[in-house]
Amino acid sequence: MWDYSDKVKEHFFQPRNAGVLEGANGVGDVGSISCGDALRLMLKVEPETDVILDAHFQTFGCGSAIASSSALTEMIKGKTLDEALKVSNQDIADYLDGLPPEKMHCSVMGREALQAAVANYRGEVWSDDHEEGALVCKCFAIDAVLIEDTIRANNLTSVQDVTNYTKAGGGCSSCHEGIEEILVKVMVERGETFKPGAQPKEEAAPAGMTNLQRIRKIEAVLESVRPQLKRDGGDIELVDVDGKTIYVNMTGACAGCQMEALTLQGIQQKLMEELKEFIKIVPTKVSSLTRAMKG
Amino acid sequence: MTGIYFDNNATTRVDPAVVEAMLPYFTEQFGNPSSMHSFGNKVGLAIKKARMQVQELLGAEHDSEIVFTSCGTESDSTALISALKAQPERKEIITTTVEHPAILTLCTHLEKEGYKVHLLKVDGKGRLDLDEYKKLLTDQVAVVSVMWANNETGTFFPVVEMAELANAAGAMFHTDAVQAVGKVPLNLKDTKIDMLSVSGHKLHAPKGIGVLYLKRGTRFRPLLRGGHQERGRRAGTENTTSIVGLGKAAEMAMEAMAFENSEVKRLRDKLEAGILAKVPRAFVTGNPDNRLPNTCNIAFEFIEGEAILLLLNKFGIAASSGSACTSGSLEPSHVMRAMGIPYTAAHGTVRFSLSRYSTEAEVDRVIAVVPEIIAQLRKLSPYWEGDGPAAEPEKAFAPTYA
Repeated sequence: MWDYSDKVKEHFFQPRNAGVLEGANGVGDVGSISCGDALRLMLKVEPETDVILDAHFQTFGCGSAIASSSALTEMIKGKTLDEALKVSNQDIADYLDGLPPEKMHCSVMGREALQAAVANYRGEVWSDDHEEGALVCKCFAIDAVLIEDTIRANNLTSVQDVTNYTKAGGGCSSCHEGIEEILVKVMVERGETFKPGAQPKEEAAPAGMTNLQRIRKIEAVLESVRPQLKRDGGDIELVDVDGKTIYVNMTGACAGCQMEALTLQGIQQKLMEELKEFIKIVPTKVSSLTRAMKG
Repeated sequence: MTGIYFDNNATTRVDPAVVEAMLPYFTEQFGNPSSMHSFGNKVGLAIKKARMQVQELLGAEHDSEIVFTSCGTESDSTALISALKAQPERKEIITTTVEHPAILTLCTHLEKEGYKVHLLKVDGKGRLDLDEYKKLLTDQVAVVSVMWANNETGTFFPVVEMAELANAAGAMFHTDAVQAVGKVPLNLKDTKIDMLSVSGHKLHAPKGIGVLYLKRGTRFRPLLRGGHQERGRRAGTENTTSIVGLGKAAEMAMEAMAFENSEVKRLRDKLEAGILAKVPRAFVTGNPDNRLPNTCNIAFEFIEGEAILLLLNKFGIAASSGSACTSGSLEPSHVMRAMGIPYTAAHGTVRFSLSRYSTEAEVDRVIAVVPEIIAQLRKLSPYWEGDGPAAEPEKAFAPTYA
């Protein structure tokens, strides 16, 4: 049985705002019937103010899909559309006191239903860029599609590479066989053979930026996420930069938060976009990694 | 633990008489059956007795055909890998699309090692096409592995007949019978079945004990090599307590065989008819005319199985589902997909599996509770409107990235 939080159970057993919403003027249908989770989000928006007066849902799905839908409707009621769009899938998961890694996609579905419903209200066409594969790394909730795409985009050749780029395999290591299988498949496509002992990719020197410029840029990115972390009672500090590895300390409420790995992943993504290079972000407190492994 | 346990195909409670039979082998009868002294000898005799009890249940000709293993999965792996190792010139395996992962995952792995695996398809009721099977039976086939009864639907495969055909083609025949043993009278000595897997915990023995039936004369290569236990066919010190427990459970299963096929079957039929009478848009999966007496698998359309199980659990009712969400995978049960059950129904399948401890009162309670639960979830479903499915449900709700 899944380890659902009490909040998830409560929202599943007593879902809020379930059923058809009469007079809805924004509707979003998303999900995948083959995967067994799909959701219709209905919004009643006041045209003058863009405020969401009411939100209802109908869901074909499991306990956490229904709970995520219920939570989403509660979270966005009374917000303006622009405010509501700031609700991330992580916010939905946080609202429910966390979801099991296999179930994080339920919160993603909620977030996408919101985007689709708002687009529908505004008369826009929402297209989905979401592709989901089977979950490979349970410690960091990384799926096969992301691993495959990363291997392909960066010509990766070893499990260590994959861990460096995606974090997959960096925890308990029981998914290494699965990662090797994906490596074998992609490497065959490009005419190479997977060798178990291969050295991780050489880490190229950062292009076109001095160390100082780079560190300033990293500081700037951390500065930009700081308000968000502080709002949740946490903070982040830069400890060191060693080549492509950026060491940070999560402090306050962030340290020990079960969502720490996901928060870091988000920051890592942001850093990669800003620096235009692949880096990995590593928490320096041992506890965070041990927790991830236990996950 | 109170509650209604209708998930006996997942595992069963250990019968109190089985526990009682086992207890001395944790304490005073702790000897190693291989030892020369009397500490070991008494345990050796207990294992001998258990072997004969299992022999009796399987209808095996010799007690030496019973090899104790750690579980059904070990028996399956041992059987298939042995058949391939013993006949290196044969590189093909025939099995079915609806086997348990203990066979299917192993076969996927063997495929990577260069073996050819043929998967027999099933029809809408989960039945095999024997003509397709006959065509595949060439002198390249090392082993055929076909389950006796499907764990999800309970549907039987004609394994006795299929074993005859395999034998005539010179291929070995294995059957994963973990769901059938104890519920179906067996007489292996009159069949051409070479190997058969048993799992103790499916018949009120503890978890962690299994059996591989190995017909005398079947060429065999052990999976575990080491000491001379099990006549060198499965090395490793015997799990003495569990072997004693499985022996007792086998004896009790023999005694309860008629009851399983009359009273348990009657309760199962009552449960099924009761639910179907009250719940619209629900149907039985598999072949209702040819299946295990204790198993009933119902697809509830337009809702998802994990949600059903969570609500059942709230009422103290335990069952299982073929939905993707219960396993954390992306696809619903491969058995349901193989039978061509649409996604909107496959995710909503629920398996109720009874045992000889199930009662009439429990069945009545489940019949009373299930319709409410289904109605409650359908109220949330985008495919449902009022008292029935939305007109043209597939069109009424067609989400993006389906």
